[in-house]
Amino acid sequence: MRFAGEGGQGVVTSAEGFAQAAAQEGYYIQTFATFPSQIMGGPTWTQTRISTSEVLSSGDELDVLVAFNEEAYNMHKESVKTDGVIIYNSGDFQIDNNIGGSVKTLGMPFDELAKSTGNTRASNMVVMGALADLVNMPQLILESFVTKKFTRGRPNDAEIISSNIQALSLGKSEVEKTDFHLEELSPPRPPKYEQILINGNTAISLGALVAGLEVFIGYPISPATPILLWMEQRLIGKGKFVHQASSEIESITAIIGAGYSGKKSMTSTAGPGFSLMSEGIGLAWMAEIPIVVVNVQRGGPATGLPTKTEQSDLYASMYPAHGDVSIPVIAPGTVEECFYASINAINWAERYQGPVVLLSEMALSERQTNIPKPDIKKIKIENRLTYTGDKGHKRYEGENVSPMSLPGHPGSYVANGSEHDVWGDTTHLPQRHVEMTNRRFNKLKLLENEEYESINNNNEVSIMPWGGSKGPVQEAYELLVQEGLDIGWYYTMFLNPIPKKLLAELKEKKLIIVPELNYRGQWSSILRSYGVNAKSITQYTGLPFKVNDLVHEIKQNINLE
Amino acid sequence: MSVNNPEYDFKWCPGCGDFGVRRALERSLEDRRIATELPMENNVVVAGIGCSGNLVHLLEGDRPYGFHGVHGRTLPVAMGIKMGRPELNVLVVAGDGDFLSIGMEHIAPQAARNLNVTAVIMDNAVYGLTKGQSSPTSEFDMITSSTPYGKKEEKINPLKLYLEYGVSFVASMISSKIKDLSQIINTAMNHKGFSIVHVQSPCTTYNDTYQLLKGNAKLGIAPIAWEIPETHNNSDINAAHDIASKGGVPLGILYENKTRSSFDENIKELSSKVKPRNLDKIIGSFSI
Repeated sequence: MRFAGEGGQGVVTSAEGFAQAAAQEGYYIQTFATFPSQIMGGPTWTQTRISTSEVLSSGDELDVLVAFNEEAYNMHKESVKTDGVIIYNSGDFQIDNNIGGSVKTLGMPFDELAKSTGNTRASNMVVMGALADLVNMPQLILESFVTKKFTRGRPNDAEIISSNIQALSLGKSEVEKTDFHLEELSPPRPPKYEQILINGNTAISLGALVAGLEVFIGYPISPATPILLWMEQRLIGKGKFVHQASSEIESITAIIGAGYSGKKSMTSTAGPGFSLMSEGIGLAWMAEIPIVVVNVQRGGPATGLPTKTEQSDLYASMYPAHGDVSIPVIAPGTVEECFYASINAINWAERYQGPVVLLSEMALSERQTNIPKPDIKKIKIENRLTYTGDKGHKRYEGENVSPMSLPGHPGSYVANGSEHDVWGDTTHLPQRHVEMTNRRFNKLKLLENEEYESINNNNEVSIMPWGGSKGPVQEAYELLVQEGLDIGWYYTMFLNPIPKKLLAELKEKKLIIVPELNYRGQWSSILRSYGVNAKSITQYTGLPFKVNDLVHEIKQNINLE
Repeated sequence: MSVNNPEYDFKWCPGCGDFGVRRALERSLEDRRIATELPMENNVVVAGIGCSGNLVHLLEGDRPYGFHGVHGRTLPVAMGIKMGRPELNVLVVAGDGDFLSIGMEHIAPQAARNLNVTAVIMDNAVYGLTKGQSSPTSEFDMITSSTPYGKKEEKINPLKLYLEYGVSFVASMISSKIKDLSQIINTAMNHKGFSIVHVQSPCTTYNDTYQLLKGNAKLGIAPIAWEIPETHNNSDINAAHDIASKGGVPLGILYENKTRSSFDENIKELSSKVKPRNLDKIIGSFSI
């Protein structure tokens, strides 16, 4: 179901409200939102997909379009599938009911119906009531949602609840007047485990807190801002510090200072801010300071597409800085993985003592979905190796990670961004540069044994998505397997360094197909540089993959079409 | 080579002002160690890039912690350290190029926050390490390697700028007055908030200003450095502005605002008002 209109018309609240209600009743849901880059107004839409099993992608075609205005109707009507329904705000515009095909249209004056309940803000409830009836979702589900949502301990709670329920009924009766009916939604099959409803940005924030984050410094930028705001509310207390910096350059260098002082530190940003952080990331690599940089990818270079999704920062994340660097990158593919990727990123930074990039993307950041409630007692938290001896510690001694001394304690050294000796003093001796470069790259070996997914791996051809394309690719993969296609599946969120065993498996294959949202085919080109015969399916529309497009393209790549 | 490390291969030119600043800083840190009874390792020196930043490797005696990062970013690094571990004493050492050109954007926000660190700025009005280019404090029309026909930018007045930004402690010194400088650095470190000790530290190779600063009676050259009179009330911002505008190089403390609380104090106070949330409760708040 897609809700489309102008920012401020209740588009997002309708979509998320409907999704929340469904999730509360045991359905699996996933939302996908795209916003205009402006404060008020502008075309906006949010999509909600509801299922009795896990939702992998936001869906290709629409069963229902809710058009809040004429512009939205014209922009999205083509996306409605045959037999789909368009509900439009007849209080705002009129359409020719005969739009061709078997798409049904239903006009309802959203605002007037809401007004008749005495609550002008209930127009989204009118819409939700209508939708519930279309898919035969019991109205009771929505009523219980409304009751929970508006029980806020205020004197007019009862009044608001009753007007919202009345609005639901009005929407329902509008649909009852027609003979419209969609495929019935089967009763929910709630999982046995507890669930939480969360989006990607929040999952990252929550994961960081679980991993023991102590310092967060960030600068507002779409679509990463919600992480900063979340931290500003919650990363409070003794030994903790959260702050809005004056720029991304200040953010990165300040968290490096905090990391050096002994704190688990993080910043979050997106494309342009990430570019500004390049030099700082190189400094953390050189001086061996644990930090995590969250890069929520958006589209394009420069200011690009601030509110659209893309997977085009992979090169930049692995090799952001000048000189010889290879920055560890973890790219989660689902909202649940965002949570665990964040914990892993902090653990990695502590383990190898250096910067880690947590590479998320816009499509994950705003996606609401229900995931199993994490059991934090089972989560492994790592802390850096620290020096506890007397004066005279050689901080940068040895061919691999070594104890880090912390200010306030014996073992003073100079954390140095210039090439240095074991004490951290600047040196230009060729031998030192060789030793230290080897040491920095050796440390990456500590990160090479992480998990990966490998299914049907006796096949010569495999598909291997990365990041947020995982969901739609998995859905396409399952369809292809159902069709009887013999094809393997590989996936990992640990992109750099790639798990050693996984790389060995990939090298054995005849072809690895990599669907990714960028022009250059960044992941496949990196895989080719490792000796894997990888080929990309690319898309750079600012939108996620559609499952049907993927099915078609994958078939083409293995010469089935 | 340094006293600590025979392999270390950086040297200041003979007569460089930075020698004096290093000596003064060593003395301040030692005095502080004795006064506070805290170990030398409780001090962190964050160095800029340029000749002056190498001071962090050249410190003699019991060594504090050091951080030698990237060009222009001493202040944000210092903020991360100080706000991560407020119990540490954090210093910045940087030159006029690092602090006032590429790093200029970081002064105003720290002044607004009143970050409790002490910056010791070594101003030689030239880029030394890259061999003599003009800097924000070099004179209008000055001939340098990057301004072969004269510099066509006005020089900035750093003292006025610090005061205007709201830096809560501003002092001005020359590198040759080691004892006075050491005392001022100590006062600055004890100051609660952002303190800047701006030191004229001549470059004997590209911009030797010793004679200009101290004068030469034989040649009839009057010194441009002058002592701030004892009658100056350094809690008076207007009086401080007057001194900064007078020209030459004032010697002493221009301004000290003892009434402002520091950034770490303000954050601590804020934290005490907000009830920290338990992790289980935070996760539970997303339960379906």
